[in-house]
This record gives sequence, structure tokens and C-alpha cells, in this order.
Amino acid sequence: MWFASPDEVRERLTAVDYLADDGITTSVFLAGALGKPLLTEGPAGVGKTQLAKAVAAATGARLIRLQCYEGLDEARALYEWNYKKQLLRIQADDDAWDDIFSEEFLLERPLLKAIRSDEPTVLLIDETDKADVEVEGLLLEILSDYQITIPELGTIVAARRPYVVLTSNATRELSEALKRRCLYLHLDYPTPERERDIVLAQVPGLPASIAEQLARTVAALRVLELKKSPSIAETIDWARTLLALGRTELDDAVIGQTLGVVLKHNSDQARAVKELGLPARS
Amino acid sequence: MRTGMGTGMTRESLVDRHLGFVQALREAGLPVSLAEGLDAAGALTLIDLADRNTLREAYAATLVKRPSYRPGFDVLFDLWFPPVVSGSYGTGAGERPDGGIDLEHAEIPDLRDRLADLLMGDPDDPAFREFARAMVERFGRVQASAGRQSWFSFAVLRALSPETLTARLLDRMLAERGGLPEKIARQQISRNIARFQEEVATDVRRRIAEESGIEKIARSTVKPPIDRIDFLRVTKAELAQLRREVYPLARRLATRLTMRNRLGRRGRLDFRRTVRASLSTGGVPLTTRLRPKRPHKPELVVLCDASDSVSTFSHFTLLLTFALREQFTKVRAFAFVDAVDEITTMFAPGADVIDAITRMAQDADITRFGRTDYGNVFERFAERYADAVGPKTSLLILGDARSNYQAPALDTLKRLAGRARHAYWLNPEPRAQWDTGDSVATGYGSVVPMYECRNVAQLAEFIETLD
Repeated sequence: MWFASPDEVRERLTAVDYLADDGITTSVFLAGALGKPLLTEGPAGVGKTQLAKAVAAATGARLIRLQCYEGLDEARALYEWNYKKQLLRIQADDDAWDDIFSEEFLLERPLLKAIRSDEPTVLLIDETDKADVEVEGLLLEILSDYQITIPELGTIVAARRPYVVLTSNATRELSEALKRRCLYLHLDYPTPERERDIVLAQVPGLPASIAEQLARTVAALRVLELKKSPSIAETIDWARTLLALGRTELDDAVIGQTLGVVLKHNSDQARAVKELGLPARS
Repeated sequence: MRTGMGTGMTRESLVDRHLGFVQALREAGLPVSLAEGLDAAGALTLIDLADRNTLREAYAATLVKRPSYRPGFDVLFDLWFPPVVSGSYGTGAGERPDGGIDLEHAEIPDLRDRLADLLMGDPDDPAFREFARAMVERFGRVQASAGRQSWFSFAVLRALSPETLTARLLDRMLAERGGLPEKIARQQISRNIARFQEEVATDVRRRIAEESGIEKIARSTVKPPIDRIDFLRVTKAELAQLRREVYPLARRLATRLTMRNRLGRRGRLDFRRTVRASLSTGGVPLTTRLRPKRPHKPELVVLCDASDSVSTFSHFTLLLTFALREQFTKVRAFAFVDAVDEITTMFAPGADVIDAITRMAQDADITRFGRTDYGNVFERFAERYADAVGPKTSLLILGDARSNYQAPALDTLKRLAGRARHAYWLNPEPRAQWDTGDSVATGYGSVVPMYECRNVAQLAEFIETLD
């Protein structure tokens, strides 16, 4: 068992500075209790990857990460045979044909490593939507039965079920088959109240009044139709910037000067200046 | 299994309720599979059922796998698992210790004071919801017809009129008016007011469900998810919401086109690097090295109907076009009503989208008589912009194919489509209405493959099947 109850999830995640709401605690708890993978989807920078790291930190488990990208294949996700070593063995010993497909020549990749791990493991499959559709098929066996079939070795069943977290930015729709096997958690931008608490937890030394103003300002920015809404990570960057500049108050001028920390597109900045009535930058 | 859902439910009634809820979700269009229903039931055995938020999130995690389904899910959840069963003034008697006023008998100005306090605070405070509930109990009952009464939110909102509190709240929150602080404060207030209205509406639905059955109200209140809303019937608020869907779609369309391309052909063998690599394996070329493939650069030409009959659709597709500009190397966009004009420059990268659309309506030379004339548009397009369409181009035509009984110029379109690498036509009208009246859908569809594209879901589907 990973967690005993949603409340315990909250406590232990808070202990590692991850502030969770009801949706997060419940699904994190259920993913552990039901032994199902947790698929988290949402805009960039709302703490999807961080959630997996926090779960690993809170439970003292090892984190194994598989970063997905276009062109990711079996050899880099699952396992690969060490051809060079096999070749050398055959050259050294002509009778070695039978045993070149054994443990010794197997190169573990993240998925196999997570399945064979004896210690508690959190497997993070990051940015699943970036991978090709074929990779999803590859994941299905692992995610539903926690086993991997290697033709030369047979089926390897997980010694200990890893805690699996998949993340996706929803750049493409993941297949129904994959979604069906997972618990689903949609992470969105937090309420200003929660964001204030997150900023305070992440940036110690920041006055509470600034954190409050910051969270409300960012909420105001997110309502505008921007190309890229500011993420939590960017709010935290902003808080750090203000702290480094030694500002104790957040007024229009300061916001105008430091807006580049949260808005990275020129048109977004222009729009924010116009809509929020900030002083134009010279 | 633990029972005791506040009201002391037995195991049987819990199972019934679970099944009924799952059925209601399916009826509302959420694809809940058998396995997912079982997952949810499994989750129920693990959580504390008395905690309603946990119950809601447990159902959401197991059954709702798309954010656009969530609002409908929440409405149904509130109906099937109501927070309270009786219509009372909160958990205690009439007296509310925290507010210090008696909600049942207090005068309206006192109630408005209390509401103002709540709107200043955190809407997740339980007192907020309890107040909304008590107000529905007090003001929400309206005589619908002789001898019948029903519940309405407008009666509550009229009695308390939360919007008129804005000025007072602003005075309390700010030392002086103006600037950014006022903007932010206003936003906070309007968010909380909207939340109050939502709480009132939820409680009204709950009371109606209690009196006339859940199924009846469920069917009439659950709106279709945003990606199923018809482009031609979209409201202004929904349009803003739709705009947020545009960027993921554009990215998806772009990756779709490049990915297929990458899968199709690997680059040619790089002989020199393969031999070099074979040295480490004793001269046996185990790993082959390939030349990086020359990236294919898709070009897109969009022809977009900007007439009033499809204005919401074209608004949306223009946004899509705009978003695509950042993904494709070369996008040229043309808008037309009965004349055609290039609008590419108005959608330069970095420009403000909404401004650009307004500007297009004013500046672009697309209207002569104001009645759509596809035939003339294709002729003029072939005349003036023939060079835009080449063997690398994907041609995308967006419009309802309603040409006001003018000559359709099918041959010209055929020539254009023949020159392009691909050509597609997206039609926002339901297929059943094609070829009715002045529509030449089949005519054009025989030249350029035509797809019904009434909502975001269909658009996404089109993108997925592209080849």
C-alpha cells in the first residue's frame, strides 16, 4: 500500500512542499490503492511532473523517468540487446550461440528497470503525448498487467508494482485504450488562494501580502486571452524575482518592469499592458 | 464496505445509486465503459463515503477522462449525490453561529451585508454554500402555476441582487479606486458572484430533482461538452472557451502532418558513417547510419468564407489558421464573401488575433454585393493568386457551399485542386442540409473531398484521419 487515505496523501505531500487539493489527493490515493496508473493532463507548468517527483519523495521510493519524444522506440523505452558484447562473445567462443541471449547481454531501459525493481518505485512517463501512437500500444501491456514480454527470455512480471504516473500536455488525444487503463487527473491552474500558498511554500521569505497580490495578478492575466498563460512555475519565478529585487510592494510600475518573467510573447505583454492598464514600457 | 453516506444508505441503495449515476453519465454522452464503472465501484470501497468531495473526485478520476466532460459530470454528481436532503437552513436550526444572523427571518439589507462578507472571502468556505442554500429555501420558491410551485434561481438573485454589491465591495477592499488593483479586485468579486450564482443554481436543481425526479432534470440541464457544440449555434461566452481549444488543435494538426511524413521515409543510408561505426564491431556493419532526411515543409493555403451565415465558424477557423501560421513554414490565408482578398499579412506572427479579425472585417476587400458567390470567388482566386497553389500546397476550403444560385465554377476549382498536393473542404452544416436550397455541396464535394465539421470534436476527428 502506498497511502492509507487521501488525508494521508495530503499530509505527506505537504511535507515535501507539494500542496495538493482534493482532486489530487483522491486520485493519488486511488492510483496507489487500486494499483492503476495515474494519467495527469493539463497545461504546461502546473506541476504534473512535480507531482510524480513529490510522490516519490513522500514515499521514499525511487523515481524512474521515461521522457517521451517523437521517435521514441522499444529499444530506448523497454530493453535492448547489447550487440557489441554479443558479437565479441561469439568471436571469442564459437559455442556461445546459445547463451548470448541472457541477462548478461540485456540492456535495461526505464520501463524494464521499473518492472524489475525490487524496491518501491515511482515510474514517471513524461509527456506521453509527444511519443508516437505506436508507443502507446507498447505501454498497454505494461500498464494493465505490469509485465513485459521479451521473446528470448519470456515474460517478466513485476516483482513489485511500480507506482506509474503518466503526464500529457494534451497536444494530441491519447488513445481510448490507454485512457481506459488509467485513472485520470486533470490539473489546471490553481485558484488564487491555493497559488498563494504554493508560492509561500516555494519561496520562503516572501511577505504574505506580496504572494497574495501576485496570485491575484496572475489570475487576472490568465483570464486574458493570451497565447501562453503564465504557469505556476512562472509565478514562482516572478516571486523570486521580486524577492531578489528587494521589492516589498507590488505596484503597477514593478509589474510593468518585471512582466517579462511571466509573459514570454511580445503580443501577450502588449495585450496585458493594454487590458490591465499598466504603464507602457519605454 | 463502509456505508453511512450522511443519510445512512444501505449497501443495496448505494449500488443502485452508483448504477443509476453511471447510466445518467452515459445518457449525457460520457463514454463510460464497463471496466471504468467497475473501477469506480472498486474505488468506492476504499474511500470514506461520508466525505462528499472525496467521493466526487473518486468518480471523476475513474470515469471522466476528458476535461470537457467535467462540467456535465459535476451537474449530474450534484443531482445524484446531493449534499443535503432536506430543505433547511443549514445544519443547525435557524441560528447560524458564524454569521451571527438568523437567515430565516433577517431583513434583506442584513442578508446583503452577510453576502457581502462572504463574497470578500474564500468561496470554498462551507458557510458560502450554506448561505446559498438557505437563500434558495427562503426566496427560491415560486408559484409556477395554480397549485404548483417550483424553484427558480432568478427569484433568489433578484431578492439579493449580488451584482449591485460590487461598488460597496470595491470600497471595502481598496483604499482608492483605479488602476490594476481595481481590475484585480473586480475580477475577484465577479468570480465569487459567479460562484454564488452557481451554488444557487445547483441547489435549485437539487430541489427540483427531489420533487420531480432526477432523470427528468438531468436530461434538461446537462449541456453538451464544449467540443460538441455546433459552430453555427455557438454563444459568445462559448466562443471564448472555444478559442482556448484552438492552439492544441493547431499543434495537433501540424504534428499530424509532419509525423506522417517522418514515418513514411527514413533518410538515405549514410555510407561513410556506417562504415566508421562498423569499426567498433570488427568491421561488421551492425548499426546503419542514415542521413537526416530533408524535412518536408508543408505549405498551407486556406480559403475561408467570411460571410455572416457562417461567421462564428469562420471566426473559429480564422483563429485556427492564425494558430497554424506558427506551426507551418508557409501559410497563406484568403477570405471571401463574393470577392477574395489575401489576409495573410493581417495575421502576422505576434499580432493580436482578436484585433486581426476585427481589422479583417474592415480592411479586407472581400465584399461587393454582400452575398456569397463561390463561383466568382474561385474564378478571381485562380486569376489573381494562381501562384499560391503548387505541388507542395495543402489547400483547405472552409465554407457552407451556399452560393446563392450563382454559377459554381466547378472546372476552376478542379484545376486548383489538381495542382495542390492535397485539397480538403470543411463544411460547418449538418450533412442532412447539404444540397438543400442553394447548397452545391455534392457538386463541390465531387471535386474536393468535403467533410462535415460542425464542432471541435469533428474537426479533431478530421485532423486525426488526415492523410
